[in-house]
Amino acid sequence: MPTRRARIPATKYPVERFTLDNGLRVVLTPDRSAPVIGVAVVYDVGIRSEPEGRTGFAHLFEHLMFQGSENLEKLAHFRHVQGAGGTFNGSTHLDYTDYYETLPANALERALFLEADRMRGPRLTEENLRNQVDVVKEEIRVNVLNRPYGGFPWLTLPPVMFDTFPNAHDGYGSFDDLESATVADAADFFRRYYASGNAVLAVSGDIDVAEATALIERHFGDVPARPAPARPDFTEPDLSAERRTSYTDKLAPLPAIAGAWRVPDPVTDFAGYLPYVVLAEVLTDGDASRLVERLVQRDRTVTSLGGYLGFMGDPYDVRDPTALLLQAHLPPGGDVDKVLRTLDEELDRLATDGLTEGELARTQARMATHLLRDTDAVLGRALRMAVLEQQRGEPGLLNELPRLVGQVTEEQVRAAAATLRPERRASIEVIPGGAK
Amino acid sequence: MTATAIVETGTRALPPLGPNRKLKLPTQAERTLANGLTVIAVRRPAVPLVELRLWMPFGRSHLARGAMLAQTILAGTQTHTATEIAAELQKVGGGLSAGVDPDRLMLSGAGLVTGLDRMLELLADVLTGATYPGDWVQTERDRLVDRIQVAQSQPAHLARTALLKRVYGRHPYATQTPDPDQVRAVRPAALRKLHAERVHPAGAVLVLVGDVQPDRALDAAEQALGGWRGDGHVAELPPAPPLEPGPLLLVDRPGSVQSSLRIALPAVPRTHPDHAALQLANLVFGGYFSSRWVENIREDKGYTYGPHSMVEHSVAGSVLVAAAEVATEVTAPALLETTYELGRLASLPVRPEELEQARQYALGTLQLGMSTQSGLASLTSAYAGNGLRLDFLAEHAARLAKATVADVAEAGARYLSPAKAVVVVLGDADRIAGPLSALTPVRTESA
Repeated sequence: MPTRRARIPATKYPVERFTLDNGLRVVLTPDRSAPVIGVAVVYDVGIRSEPEGRTGFAHLFEHLMFQGSENLEKLAHFRHVQGAGGTFNGSTHLDYTDYYETLPANALERALFLEADRMRGPRLTEENLRNQVDVVKEEIRVNVLNRPYGGFPWLTLPPVMFDTFPNAHDGYGSFDDLESATVADAADFFRRYYASGNAVLAVSGDIDVAEATALIERHFGDVPARPAPARPDFTEPDLSAERRTSYTDKLAPLPAIAGAWRVPDPVTDFAGYLPYVVLAEVLTDGDASRLVERLVQRDRTVTSLGGYLGFMGDPYDVRDPTALLLQAHLPPGGDVDKVLRTLDEELDRLATDGLTEGELARTQARMATHLLRDTDAVLGRALRMAVLEQQRGEPGLLNELPRLVGQVTEEQVRAAAATLRPERRASIEVIPGGAK
Repeated sequence: MTATAIVETGTRALPPLGPNRKLKLPTQAERTLANGLTVIAVRRPAVPLVELRLWMPFGRSHLARGAMLAQTILAGTQTHTATEIAAELQKVGGGLSAGVDPDRLMLSGAGLVTGLDRMLELLADVLTGATYPGDWVQTERDRLVDRIQVAQSQPAHLARTALLKRVYGRHPYATQTPDPDQVRAVRPAALRKLHAERVHPAGAVLVLVGDVQPDRALDAAEQALGGWRGDGHVAELPPAPPLEPGPLLLVDRPGSVQSSLRIALPAVPRTHPDHAALQLANLVFGGYFSSRWVENIREDKGYTYGPHSMVEHSVAGSVLVAAAEVATEVTAPALLETTYELGRLASLPVRPEELEQARQYALGTLQLGMSTQSGLASLTSAYAGNGLRLDFLAEHAARLAKATVADVAEAGARYLSPAKAVVVVLGDADRIAGPLSALTPVRTESA
């Protein structure tokens, strides 16, 4: 069978960028292939920026941004988006918070109005704050406290790997911190971080650039100018000795393990970072990948396995410091130490012997497909471009990613594998407390 | 300083919507091959990919064997090992996965459009030559058992399991997850036999959506799959039984910090004349964020994070399911509010503006669902599995557009009445049985 290399295709989404007088950066990417649009507003503030004693605040604030604004009563935002045939949401990440809608194209102006209105000022009231603290507590119960493996490893591994509050704390927050949050805290957070100069607006899909530009000027032009705050340096030194910890999950029926290693700065050293993104896929993407073949099929020491960049699995949307993570679930009575030893062995083997014929090319082809699939949705495009603009000033990088991934060489992947040494590793083990 | 100082009284008016754009169906083509396989190809050239969905009728198959067949159908053929299949698919940016439910066996995947022929070749190899090698079957058996064990520790899974059993009684839909012991008993020979009996082209539908010329995609499918033979048996599912209201079923999960509230209500298939009005009534009740239920128990009372209700369509029947995870201490109040909202919808007409909002949402999300290759592929496949084609979208949109307040009120009374509900709650019985009993008769079981 020929080992012909699949040609890696690229997208050619057009990109228009401009900045309003108040500092709001705008990215437009028109595509008339379907009568739908994606609108994203991304603020350059996330979990890492929340104050000490206020764990979970960035996420709680995300909820408050939906609770009414200058011209909109509580519930109005939801009703206006959905009443225009659209869907909406928001999410809080380590380095940013996003708000977004997908809508039929005839709702463009309405979406811009809604986003501009809350950028001018959300309705931060005691009643809304108490209500959303309750809602967030239920969210944490659903996703963490009432289910097995809740928060594993994205909430449980950072405190092993990092020492400073911004990088190590629980981004969902403690109930104590959430309950003691005040309206004044929220107002202060808004003033500091939700400035026009700290935000990016992206609109994708069935738009006319000139018309969209005029509408954006009309709705966002008079949002008061406020500059972006200086972003603190969140850097931490790399690990110089292995760190390992464990905890009992009283709901979990089976053991699990996650390990992570620091990687180069994704923004300032993208060329050095990209090989790690490829490496994670070489190791874990599907039945033909190295670790699945070895650990799942041959050794049967794990039952499922994943590898990815960034604690939230967002390789192109994260700043330094971040990590490559591997996580695995084990069969009953599984030996976590043995799994870690095998990981080390396979990383060594990759670093020493290199890749097999065609292994890299097929992984890259698969990665290209994933990238293209994600950008097929107008909203996927708007969100990605907004974050790329915010963190790099380079939204068009989205078009380049499949090609850049395809250019990573075997030598780079081997070199990346060689750095994943046990002494640089942080790991966390879930001890099952819920075995039946 | 108070935060409300940031906000001044607003005077800006909400901009009106532009004119609605008409629902435009994509170019498509369809062919039924001599072996009975129907192929539908749809053009959406936005990215250079193609999505693939193969829907095979699979009703009344043995639960554990069916689950294991899905788990191992890609585990090797007469010409390729499992690893080779995965690697060959990867080469063209592709992947395939298999899943099973009480209606169908589904193979789905996506890849670079330049690899379509290769993906179809590999698909054909799997369909005609899957070998179910012993060592793989053993590994996958253990993995499936572990996965079931993990699922059984998830409240959402336990609540779903209890609801299905309560709703479907003796119908094949009642149990959808096999016992670990049944899985452990599955041998490769049984999988080969099941494959020979049930994995055949008659009645199956292959959907291809992407940057393809539909006729050319049909040719490619015919070329690759025309040799797939076999016409094993077809099993008809009996119609799903009607709901039988009764005492609230409380499933005990000691120590739960939340209760999982599940409510089943009657519903009708997509083609039923009431369906559009029922869909709108469901939206007003709890089918989207701007619904009465969400506004009540989340945005007003803070009892829950993500309540939602939806009409679920299966081949043998449809059912409306409402689901919410609520704090243990407010379980009974949450049920009270839920019953109140159902009763209100069943006994009072909706406000015209509520109907318009729900209607726009239903129409808009049709557009959104069609705007990606994967969305279009899943929609086309789900429709085809129920004997419908994409042009039904236009029909359905027309019904949504003309449903009146009276139609929706009638649907509310007919389908959403709390008297017709089957209610299951999973949670800490010690803490919630008493308060729930104050509202309704309760029967308690252990999880």
